[in-house]
Amino acid sequence: MQCPKCHAPMHTYNRNGVQIEQCSGCRGIFLDYGELESLTRLEAQWSQPAPPAPPAAPQAYPAAQAPAWGAPQHGGHGHYGHHRQKSFGRMLFSS
Amino acid sequence: MPFLRAASGGQHGDFSHLRTLTHVTTDALTLLPALTARVRETAHARTPTCPCGAATLADRPDATVVRHAGTVAKAHAADADRAELSLRVTAAARLPGVFLPPLTAAPVDLHGRLVTYWPYGTPVDPEDPDAAPWEAAARLLARLHRTPAPAPVPPMRGPAKAALAAARLRATAPDHPATAPVLAAWAALPAWARGEAAMPDPTTLCHGDLHLGQLIRHPAPDGPWLLIDVDDLGTGAPAWDLARPAAWYACGLLPPEEWHRFLTAYRAGGGPAVPAAGDPWPALDVPARALTAQTAARAVSKAVLEDRPLDEVERSLVDACARMASVRPAAPRG
Repeated sequence: MQCPKCHAPMHTYNRNGVQIEQCSGCRGIFLDYGELESLTRLEAQWSQPAPPAPPAAPQAYPAAQAPAWGAPQHGGHGHYGHHRQKSFGRMLFSS
Repeated sequence: MPFLRAASGGQHGDFSHLRTLTHVTTDALTLLPALTARVRETAHARTPTCPCGAATLADRPDATVVRHAGTVAKAHAADADRAELSLRVTAAARLPGVFLPPLTAAPVDLHGRLVTYWPYGTPVDPEDPDAAPWEAAARLLARLHRTPAPAPVPPMRGPAKAALAAARLRATAPDHPATAPVLAAWAALPAWARGEAAMPDPTTLCHGDLHLGQLIRHPAPDGPWLLIDVDDLGTGAPAWDLARPAAWYACGLLPPEEWHRFLTAYRAGGGPAVPAAGDPWPALDVPARALTAQTAARAVSKAVLEDRPLDEVERSLVDACARMASVRPAAPRG
């Protein structure tokens, strides 16, 4: 079939059991009746096993136990791995 | 090396009492070979069958440290005071299990520098953050702070050294954009934290310059951890010894887990610098600000000297100084 927009030929692909047509020219996608709903349903199933938002974990490091002038990223994780090697070997070994 | 002398009087105050501001240079070209020869003689006297593992451990304006097998010789700063250094070495000798014991009781002269001898110990590995001995450092500090001074010692030199860094920043980088926030944070501190008045706790024994380079295992390689470097040892505010890790934590350079390991071990050791429970920050706030400002000042001076921009770690220190303007320092403990 031809793309209704740019009239280039369309190719059929199978995505998780849903047939979709994609235009070889403008990359537009054509969905048959019900296919959008099928994709939405599949997407919902895919994300369902993800854990719900974690309950309020016991606050090991209460926010109050850092000075008000401290770095704003307190309580977050991931920041330190970035800084860690750089600051450890240099900053933490000198006066 | 620029000649450093702070302006007397004027808006920045009178720093004339800080004897360390006058930097006297010695001929490093003659000191290092002489120190290397001297440590070899001393090592061979201790161990006639010496395998001769020799190395220069540090060669800075404030200290030259040379190792020969199991013996380390340290040439102290050119302006080190003989009487004060002797008292500090004596105190270290009487703090077994806390400080590395010196090999000789008194400093000796070498090319105009005072030299002390120490056994070699294994240092903390700067490449391995996971192995950093936070608990051992905290336990040693708690023990030091609980021990009555075994011999008379001068005041701990932390605030005086921080004042030196602030004065050097003012002299070397007056126009750098980071200088104003760092000096503003410094100026907001109480006089004792700037080295301009007596410290609030005049009897507690403190290390005065704690960082991870101040711990070694002795006997090498896996003996117990001990504190080294007596140059700033003295009586004063013990929170100063916790304040560098506290400042690293506050500036986002030390992960919360590691800071809390350190703090928890210090409390478990009965350390008196912070209350046994509850928020430690009222006790840590002033010294942690001072050490943040000192570290930022040194970083900016160094960056200017090397003609390079601040890196992100250095910027995080300056940013913390800038944020201090909006929150006054904690009131002194009552």
